[in-house]
Amino acid sequence: MRIGVPKEIFAGEKRVATTPDVATQLMKLGFDVSIESGAGEGSNFSDSAYSDVGCDIVDSASELWSKSDIVLKVRAPEGDEASQLRSDQTLISFLWPAQNPELLKQLTESGATVMAMDSVPRISRAQKVDALSSMANIAGYRAVVEAAQHFGRFFTGQITAAGKVPPAKVLVIGAGVAGLAAIGAAKSMGAIVRSFDTRPEVKEQIESMDAEFLMLDFEDDEDGAGEGGYAKVMSDEFIKAEMALFAEQAKDVDIIITTALIPGKPAPRLITAETARSMKDGSVIVDLAAEQGGNCELTVAGEVTEVDGVTIIGYTDLPSRLAAQSSQLYGTNLRHLLTDLTPEKDGNIVVDMEDEVIRGTTVCKDGETTWPPPAPKLSAAPPKAAPAPVAAPKVEKKPSVLGTVVGMVIAGLALLGLGAVAPASFMAHFTVFVLACFVGYMVIWNVTAALHTPLMSVTNAISSIIVIGALLQISSDVPLIKWIAVATVLITSVNIFGGFAVTRRMLEMFRK
Amino acid sequence: MFEVNEGIIQVSYIIATILFILALGGLSNQETARRGNWYGITGMAIALVATLLGDVTQNMAYLIVALLVGGTVGIIAARRVQMTQMPELVAILHSLVGMAAVAVGFANFMDPDRLAHYAGVELTIHDIETYLGILIGAVTFSGSVIAFGKLSGRISGNPLALPARHWLNLLLLIGAIWYGYQFVVESAGGGGTGPLIIMTVIALLFGIHMVMAIGGADMPVVVSMLNSYSGWAASATGFMLGNDLLIVTGALVGSSGAILSYIMCRAMNRKFLAVIAGGFGTGGGAPAAGGGEDQGEVMPIDPLETAELLSNAKEVMIIPGYGMAVAQAQHIVHEITQALREKGVNVRFGIHPVAGRMPGHMNVLLAEAKVPYDIVFEMDEINDEFPDVDVSVVIGANDIVNPSALTDPDSPIAGMPVLECWKGTTSIVLKRSMATGYAGVQNPLFFLENTRMLFGDAKATLDEVFKAL
Repeated sequence: MRIGVPKEIFAGEKRVATTPDVATQLMKLGFDVSIESGAGEGSNFSDSAYSDVGCDIVDSASELWSKSDIVLKVRAPEGDEASQLRSDQTLISFLWPAQNPELLKQLTESGATVMAMDSVPRISRAQKVDALSSMANIAGYRAVVEAAQHFGRFFTGQITAAGKVPPAKVLVIGAGVAGLAAIGAAKSMGAIVRSFDTRPEVKEQIESMDAEFLMLDFEDDEDGAGEGGYAKVMSDEFIKAEMALFAEQAKDVDIIITTALIPGKPAPRLITAETARSMKDGSVIVDLAAEQGGNCELTVAGEVTEVDGVTIIGYTDLPSRLAAQSSQLYGTNLRHLLTDLTPEKDGNIVVDMEDEVIRGTTVCKDGETTWPPPAPKLSAAPPKAAPAPVAAPKVEKKPSVLGTVVGMVIAGLALLGLGAVAPASFMAHFTVFVLACFVGYMVIWNVTAALHTPLMSVTNAISSIIVIGALLQISSDVPLIKWIAVATVLITSVNIFGGFAVTRRMLEMFRK
Repeated sequence: MFEVNEGIIQVSYIIATILFILALGGLSNQETARRGNWYGITGMAIALVATLLGDVTQNMAYLIVALLVGGTVGIIAARRVQMTQMPELVAILHSLVGMAAVAVGFANFMDPDRLAHYAGVELTIHDIETYLGILIGAVTFSGSVIAFGKLSGRISGNPLALPARHWLNLLLLIGAIWYGYQFVVESAGGGGTGPLIIMTVIALLFGIHMVMAIGGADMPVVVSMLNSYSGWAASATGFMLGNDLLIVTGALVGSSGAILSYIMCRAMNRKFLAVIAGGFGTGGGAPAAGGGEDQGEVMPIDPLETAELLSNAKEVMIIPGYGMAVAQAQHIVHEITQALREKGVNVRFGIHPVAGRMPGHMNVLLAEAKVPYDIVFEMDEINDEFPDVDVSVVIGANDIVNPSALTDPDSPIAGMPVLECWKGTTSIVLKRSMATGYAGVQNPLFFLENTRMLFGDAKATLDEVFKAL
């Protein structure tokens, strides 16, 4: 089948749905790949880079749409794109079906199979397809870069000859994928990073990034984790408490990056105009939720505004601002999805509606809308375990002193009894035996664990000292004894020579 | 020929004893181990030459031939054996010691001068010594042969659980004691051959049954236990012959094997008797909790991504298990290690004491592949460092990296110390399939969010990883 990748027509969109690297992988799956001329320009992939790996360069979008079996896009189709879709075609792109019901209707009517990269179920297996996460990661990183651009000072603290430079303080609200990426980027630039999230389980993740988790002084243990590991709407008291926290933090920090989103809802208003104004002059707010209405009251989607010395960045195209990277990651997400769709690797896709990932991603097929999908069976976050029953305090059984004493007394008596009846010659040997056991005990504990195998082979060799018994018997006049002794010498010498030789061979191998 | 009297022989034996102790002492580290081996060889040579010159009066020709033939066989075997087959070789060598103990015991019993030398209590003690020597020797012999069969795959590695096997063992033990008594009584009157032979058969059966009941992963314990037995057999023979060199050497070997068994048992958090009694979790224990639950999904990874992860890491920990030995993957592991080290990645190995089929098995395999031993660490040395590790690569191991040993008190392997690789950033687990390990316990490690599964034959997949590096 032929995969077609048109140039994105959304104004300012620089990303492209496949890169030369990804195209190579797609061809390995048995697909032919066509690219609209200039599609990769915004991401610095020239037409020749594509044609070098074997892609077919098509001059016009309409030709590309008509000859492709599968169309890969970044943004949802717009303008006349959707109307070019035929019923035998498959379209894969971001779609936002909840926000674009009309588009979904139009696509359904076309009879084509449409898969929305924003509808990939949040289950572990689908992580490699999860384009939202990979884009959020880039957005989080870029948010810090944008903030640095508009922030007039260093992120890192320094003591220089010209005086002390204080480190920047960054507050990241919402520690999802984007938030964590922002924490990581800000942290690696040397800033002091704090973070807040309504979901208590992310505390560990925040702290693992070396940032400070802001605790909310709130009585109920309200858990903000909703379905699929996303946040949910919190109670009024909770929101009040967190707003108070933000208002207080705003006076202290230099940069606020907000990433709070609740699926299917407008972004929660977390930073009021008053809070924003209370920030120090020169401070920066980056609002990653600008497209969904913004976490900050003053945010203007898609623009940078300045209010009372505070810069508010409301870009909605952050991933597109790192187009080469975004295209690579998004293309890889698409490639993973296509890998799942082509189990035979023969370049023919099979939309298996029994597969949870494919089912969840497909929004319409054969003229029917299949969105929203049934709830995922498994959540990315582990289901909350019931509080573990308090284990009964374990009664550690102490080895009873009495038992030891009794054992020693019995052993002593047994030895005395043995001494009473055994002849002196036996006792002499017995003494040697007991001492040898102790020497062995002391010596062997010192052997390093790495040499346990050589230890076994060398002890094996020396235990063949039993050959001496045979040597003492070999001179016997009784033929049977003589022959048994000869046989014993034979087998023990296998052991002696073999044991020492193999030990030597092993020890030779140990080297620094 | 110059006269070698009793005094010279004794002195030679003392020297040999000291050399043997030095040989074992030398194994405390890799530097001195090679010298230690030469001490052992010298000691053996001194003891042999002294006995040859002092005690052998005739049939020297037979002896030399036997020595040469046996020695040649031994050296050829030592040269040819593959390092992955070491456990088998050690097991079969143990069986030879056992056989020798039985043979020496019988030959000694048949000596017509025996009744002339000993009388009364001395005879009784001598008979008991003979009896014990043969008993332990026979158990060692048959047990080692079965262990060899299991290790080399000639006999199924699954534990054979006969019904009422504990009673069977008890019966065999009582039989052995009863015939011992018979033997001592009859022997005073010049007889005793009957009970001695019956006992030998009982001991052989016991050895077979004991090892048959033990499963594959408990083999380290069995091999070291048989090692110990072969020592005690030599010691008992020494008592029988009144020979201190044999007694001391046997005791050294016996305690060495016993300590190894103890270390292995501790590493599995199991009681020695439970291992010997055979089976796993068959003592009425509940089936593994959590085994049936849906544990979530595993995330596969391909060799290319693995290579990328590895080359971007700073700290890599490789955890080999028996699967590496089976796949013969140690050489490619070394090549990957070298490639990564050249890129400045700190690669280390973490070895669990019971990884493989005999104590120290993994170390020998890695040494064979020329992995420098100073980057190979024991579990206790390395376990605290996992939080700093970027990528842990688990090759063909399962139970030794199972977090449920620490978290789930109902797990059959609860309390067993394990390598805590899940504390690192990412773990990559190489496995042929999702089958459970020896203990039959599902491993939650595979379902953790920071674990990636690399399915396939360890050697083939690692070859690909290496190519990608």
